[in-house]
Amino acid sequence: MIDFTAWDIVRNLLLAARWTVALSLVAFALGGLVGLLVLFARVGRAKPLRWGAVAFIEVFQGTPLLMQLFLVFFGLPLVGVDTPAWFAACLALTLWTAAFLAEIWRGCVESVPKGQWEASASLAMNYLQQMRHVVLPQALRLAVPPTVGFSVQVVKGTALASIIGFVELSKASTMITNASFQPFTVYGAAAAAYFLLCFPLSAWSRRLERTLHVAHRN
Amino acid sequence: MSLIEIRDLHKRFGAVEVLKGIDLDIAAGEVVAIIGKSGSGKSTLLRCMNGLESHEAGSITVGGKVLLQDEEHLRALRLEVGMVFQQFNLFPHLTAGRNVMLSPMVVKGLAEAEAKPIAEKVLARVGLAEKFGSFPDQLSGGQQQRVAIARALAMNPKALLCDEITSALDPELVNEVLAVVKSLAADGMTLAMVTHEMRFARDVCDRVLFMHQGRIHESGRPEDVFASPKTPELQQFLGALS
Amino acid sequence: MAYQFDFVDVFKYTDVLARGVGLTVTLIGVGGTIGIAVGIAGAWARGYSGNRALEWLVAGYVEAIRNTPFLVQLFFIFYGLPSLGVRLTEVQAALLAMVVNLGAYATEIIRAGIEAVPRGQREAGASLAMTRMQVFRHVVLRPALQKIWPALSSQLVIVMFGSAVCSQIAAEELTYAANFIQSRNFRAFEVYFVATGLYLVLALLLRQGMRSLGGWLVFGRRA
Ligand SMILES: Nc1ncnc2c1ncn2[C@@H]1O[C@H](COP(=O)(O)OP(=O)(O)OP(=O)(O)O)[C@@H](O)[C@H]1O
Ligand SMILES: [Mg+2]
Repeated sequence: MIDFTAWDIVRNLLLAARWTVALSLVAFALGGLVGLLVLFARVGRAKPLRWGAVAFIEVFQGTPLLMQLFLVFFGLPLVGVDTPAWFAACLALTLWTAAFLAEIWRGCVESVPKGQWEASASLAMNYLQQMRHVVLPQALRLAVPPTVGFSVQVVKGTALASIIGFVELSKASTMITNASFQPFTVYGAAAAAYFLLCFPLSAWSRRLERTLHVAHRN
Repeated sequence: MSLIEIRDLHKRFGAVEVLKGIDLDIAAGEVVAIIGKSGSGKSTLLRCMNGLESHEAGSITVGGKVLLQDEEHLRALRLEVGMVFQQFNLFPHLTAGRNVMLSPMVVKGLAEAEAKPIAEKVLARVGLAEKFGSFPDQLSGGQQQRVAIARALAMNPKALLCDEITSALDPELVNEVLAVVKSLAADGMTLAMVTHEMRFARDVCDRVLFMHQGRIHESGRPEDVFASPKTPELQQFLGALS
Repeated sequence: MAYQFDFVDVFKYTDVLARGVGLTVTLIGVGGTIGIAVGIAGAWARGYSGNRALEWLVAGYVEAIRNTPFLVQLFFIFYGLPSLGVRLTEVQAALLAMVVNLGAYATEIIRAGIEAVPRGQREAGASLAMTRMQVFRHVVLRPALQKIWPALSSQLVIVMFGSAVCSQIAAEELTYAANFIQSRNFRAFEVYFVATGLYLVLALLLRQGMRSLGGWLVFGRRA
C-alpha cells in the first residue's frame, strides 16, 4: 500500500478539480447558449416552437439529472455515436443547464411590462429586434443574480459525471479513498474543494440580489 | 399614584433623537389624546409605552413597576397595557374568535372552554358577536379594527394604547370604531390615543397632549387647548387643520 | 444501426422496479418530513432563538450544505463517518443525507417566508404578551409556510431526484433497481428510460401530495 500524506490527497484532489471546473465552464457556457435558443422559442409567437420549448423544459427539469446522464451515455451508442464519459457529461449537463436557465430567464423576460412589447411593436420592430433592443436589456438586470446563483447548481451537478466514470473531483475522491483508506479526510477535503468553488458564487449572487433590490426600491 | 408614569424619556434612532425628554403621568381611568405633526414622535412614544421600542434614558413605570427591557418584564408590562394598531394586524390565518382567544390560551394558559366565553363577551362588547367565525379578510376595515380592540380587551388590560386606529379606515367606517372607544372611555378604561380626530378628542378626552419635535410642547384640558392654544406651534398646527 | 428496442425485457423485472420505487417513496416520505421539521427548527434558530452562537452555527450548516454536492455529502456520511465510530446501513445513510440536505434548503426557504410576514404581525403578538417562541409558533409560522409552500414542494422534488445517487452506496432505491436490471439484461437504455418515466410520475404525485397536504396542514381554515 502506498502511504498517502495529507499533501498527496490535496494535490490529487486539486488536479482533479481542474476537470470539475472545465466541465462546469463548458456546461454553463453551452447551456447558456442553448438556453437562450429555448428562451426565444418559449416566449415567441410560434406555437409549435413554444410547445417544443415547454416540453424540453418540463422533461429536463422534471427528471433526475442522473437519469439524463445515463440515457445520453447508454443511448447515443445505440444510434452509432461514440460516447465517451466526458462527452456524455458535457451533453447532459448542457441540456439540463439550458432548461433551467431558459426557465429562469423566462421569468425575467415576463416581468418586463407588456407596454414595452407594445411600444416596440408600434415602432415596427420584429420579434428578434424587440428582444434584442428592448426586452432583453431590461430583463438582463434581473437575470444576473439568479443566473449566477444557478451556476452553483451546475458545479455541484458535475459531481454526477463521476458515476459514469469521468474523473473529476468526486471520482478522484473515491479513487484516492480506495488507495489511502482515509474516507473521512478525503471526502471532507473534496467537500471543502467544492465549497471553495461554490461559496464565492453563492455569495456573489446574494450580493447582486441585494443591490438589485435596493436599486428597485429607490 | 398614576397608573403610568414617564420620567425624562429619551429615544433615538441612530443619530436622530426622536424623543427628547418626555414627562407624562396618566391616572387610572384617564383618557388622553396625543396630537401633533407627522414625525413629531407620537407613535414612538406609544410604542415605548408598550415596550415595542427600547429607550436609552429615563423611565417608564406602570402600576408601580419599572419597565425593564428583558422579555419577562416586557411581557408583564404587556399584560397590563394593551395596544391597538393603525393597520389592525389581525392574524390572517385565524377567525375573529380565534384571534381573540389566542393570547388568553397561549399566554394565560386558559383552556379553550374558558377562553371562548371571554372571546364571545369582548366581541359582543365591540358589537361583533355574530362575526366570531369570520376570517379577517371577510370583514370590513371597521370590523377588523373592532376585532383588534376586542383582542386587546380579552387580556383584561388596565390601559389601552391606540395609535391612529381610524387612519386606515374609509371615512364612513370611522365612527363605528370611535363609538367603541367612546364606550370604553365611559366604562372607565384608561386610554392613550394618538389621533387626528380633533372633534373626538375634544368630546371624549380628559386631556390633550400636543407633541412637537420629540417633546410634549403643550398640554391641557381639551376645551382650553383647542379654544386658546398658547404656543405658536400649536396655533399653527390647529390652524392648518381647519 | 439495427438496434432493436426491447422493453419486454425490462418489464420482466417489474417486481424489482416496484421495490425500488417503494424505497424511493419511503426515503422522500420519511426524509422529507424530518427534513422539513429540521428546516422549521433551523428557521426558528436563525430568526427567533435570540442566540448568536446558534444563529452562526445554523448559518454555517446551511452554507456548507448548499455549496457542496449531495453525492459528496452522502459519501462523507456513509464512508467517512464510520471512522468516527458512526456506522450506518445504506438506507440509514441515505436517509440521513437527505434530511441533512433538505434541512439546509428548507431552513433558507422557510426563513424567507418568515421574513415576508409583516412586522406588524409580530408586534401584535408581542403586544399581547406572547413570548418570542409563542409568536413564532402561533402567529408567524403558518402564514410563512403558506407563502413558501410551492417553493418547499419544488425543493422536495429536487431532493427526490437527488436521491437517485443513493444507488451509489447500494441503497436499493429506484436507480439502484435500474442499475441491477441493466446488469442482468444489458438493456441499459430501455431500463433507464422506464426509470426516468417513473421519476416523472413520482414527481407529479409528490407535487400533488404536497398540494393536498398543504391544503390540509397550512392553508386549512379551521374555525
Ligand atoms: N424604526 C425607525 N427607524 C428609524 N427612524 C424611525 C423609526 N421609527 C420612527 N422613526 C423616525 O422617528 C421620528 C418620529 O416617528 P413617529 O412614527 O413617532 O412619528 P409620528 O408622530 O407617529 O408621525 P405620524 O403622524 O406620521 O405617524 C420620525 O422622524 C421617523 O422617521
Ligand atoms: Mg405615527
